[in-house]
Amino acid sequence: MPEVAFWQGNEAIAYGALAAGCRFFGGYPITPSSEIAEIMAERLPKLNGRFIQMEDEIAGIAATIGGSIAGMKSLTATSGPGFSLKQENLGFAYMAEIPIVVVDVMRGGPSTGLPTKTAQQDVMQARWGTHGDHGTICYAPASVQECYEVTVKAFNAAERYRQPVLILSDEVIGHMREKVVVPEIDPSKLTERKRPVDIPEKFVPYRPDPKDDLPCMASFGDGYTWHVTGLTHNDWGFPTNNAEEIEKKMKRLMRKVDRFRDDIVEYETESVDDAEVVVLAYGSVARSSLKAVHDARVRGIKAGFFRPVTLWPFPDKEIEKLARKVKTIIVPELNCGQMVLEVERAVHGKAKVLPVNLVNGELFKPEEILAVIEEVA
Amino acid sequence: MPSQEVFSWLRTRFFPHIWCPGCGHGIIMHALLRALVASKKKKSETVIASGIGCSSRMAGYIDACTVHTTHGRSLAFATGIKLAKPELTVIDVMGDGDCTAIGGNHFIHACRRNIDITAIVMNNNIYGMTGGQASPTTPVGSMATTTPYGAIDPSFDVCRLAEGAGASYVARSTIANPKQAEQFIMNGIKKKGFSVVEIMTHCHTTFGRKNNRRTPIDNVNFFKNNSVPLAKAKEMSEEELAGKIITGEFVNKNVPEYTEQYLALIENVRGK
Repeated sequence: MPEVAFWQGNEAIAYGALAAGCRFFGGYPITPSSEIAEIMAERLPKLNGRFIQMEDEIAGIAATIGGSIAGMKSLTATSGPGFSLKQENLGFAYMAEIPIVVVDVMRGGPSTGLPTKTAQQDVMQARWGTHGDHGTICYAPASVQECYEVTVKAFNAAERYRQPVLILSDEVIGHMREKVVVPEIDPSKLTERKRPVDIPEKFVPYRPDPKDDLPCMASFGDGYTWHVTGLTHNDWGFPTNNAEEIEKKMKRLMRKVDRFRDDIVEYETESVDDAEVVVLAYGSVARSSLKAVHDARVRGIKAGFFRPVTLWPFPDKEIEKLARKVKTIIVPELNCGQMVLEVERAVHGKAKVLPVNLVNGELFKPEEILAVIEEVA
Repeated sequence: MPSQEVFSWLRTRFFPHIWCPGCGHGIIMHALLRALVASKKKKSETVIASGIGCSSRMAGYIDACTVHTTHGRSLAFATGIKLAKPELTVIDVMGDGDCTAIGGNHFIHACRRNIDITAIVMNNNIYGMTGGQASPTTPVGSMATTTPYGAIDPSFDVCRLAEGAGASYVARSTIANPKQAEQFIMNGIKKKGFSVVEIMTHCHTTFGRKNNRRTPIDNVNFFKNNSVPLAKAKEMSEEELAGKIITGEFVNKNVPEYTEQYLALIENVRGK
């Protein structure tokens, strides 16, 4: 019998991380994500793990990357202002291909913004916040149950693809308390990073495995000597100015997510088969949206619901398919229109895309979304 | 010429290095490698972390577990590595910009935490790689590309900063005294706690050419003529010490080390 818990979203992320094998947390206090750090501080020593509160957000992610280089599955958690500070070393982890999981419990911005109120203003920052090209994997949970589940998936993806994986939660999801049927996680089914099979003398740290185009990863202290750098590097991990080597590295970085896109993309739909109007929403907004769609159906409106679970890679192919058979796609977001740009790209004029935006720190009420559905139906 | 054993710690595959002919960084790398060999360290159990700048390239040239991080952040990465695997020997090689400007916060907190990492600060008083801009250790009155009328900001004393922040071992040497530098690095590695070894070096290419120390030998002579051992400095007045480089061991104390404390905490928590 699975355990039933009554958790906040932040708690579910912390417990999901532990179930996923996370044994290192480096971070810095910030509202509304601090509960994650607090739980890790309490739990990790009991599991022979490591928790460290660093001097700032930048150091928090740096220590987290260090923990991963030394072989531990590693997590850091933050919110908007801290997510901005973490972008520098997030880029390092993309370039050096270090698996880590970064949680951003979104609050209103820009700057200090609204520390205790909800928003979805970091969607594009999650994709493009750090400088330079890279593929992004980002989950947006819409329930406490899902916080737990996507955290396990995020660790598996980080280890599998050797890159940072993001979880974009928001203040409502982070602090909302609801029932969780805690899934039993079999540790032997978790994804572990691919270890080198070559002897140390023959080890080439960034040489991709021809089978999946991904390099294995040694840990410091495991008998291998190798170089990790944020400079563009060759298969030896050493800085290069050679055009061919630079292109090879950059193309492979981008291919990671592109090549495995179909394995990573996740979404949920409801009542879309005969729908004329679809509400497309993620995170906390998906909850008000689903209620609005149910209410619209009761009123005889052919309304449907589409929820990206992964914001990045974006479920564009699936949305394009949907756009071919519906009239209007309503995109409510707690920002001035970020994900809607991706929706418009995917839809490419095949249906009408209607952004609905709220930036007052509150969550949409179902009736507000229902009113829009009724207007366009 | 380095000994065979020291030579085996070099990644000659990645040479030539980027340092200018006559740069002091090579002297420091040699001193570090001699100290590692003398301390009987294994390459696969030794971590060299670095930040950004000429100094940071040292990590790449050493055949160990090396991580060339972001500007100023190397100590934060090194802290994560050391905490995850306290059995590793962790050395952090930094420039003066890394240590006292962009990484100043990480530096003082690594000192405060007293985590068992040996920080080697290669102080050449300038941002060399970017072409010679003033750093927080550029002496007042010195010329740099960003202080074309002479530096007016007071400079940091790295050793006093480390001492004030709580490091358990603090020493200073110069590239004109490589045996002493090697000894201090060895002492730092041996010390269970955060060690800071500041080694005064030079950038004749960017700092020297604007400050009458154009050649490497001008700089070696400058260090020889201006270094004052700590014992002697204690008998000198502040006026007499102006512009001098005090060398020696400033702090050598035994205080609880961070990873030992953390492992004890784990044992305590798990025992219950």
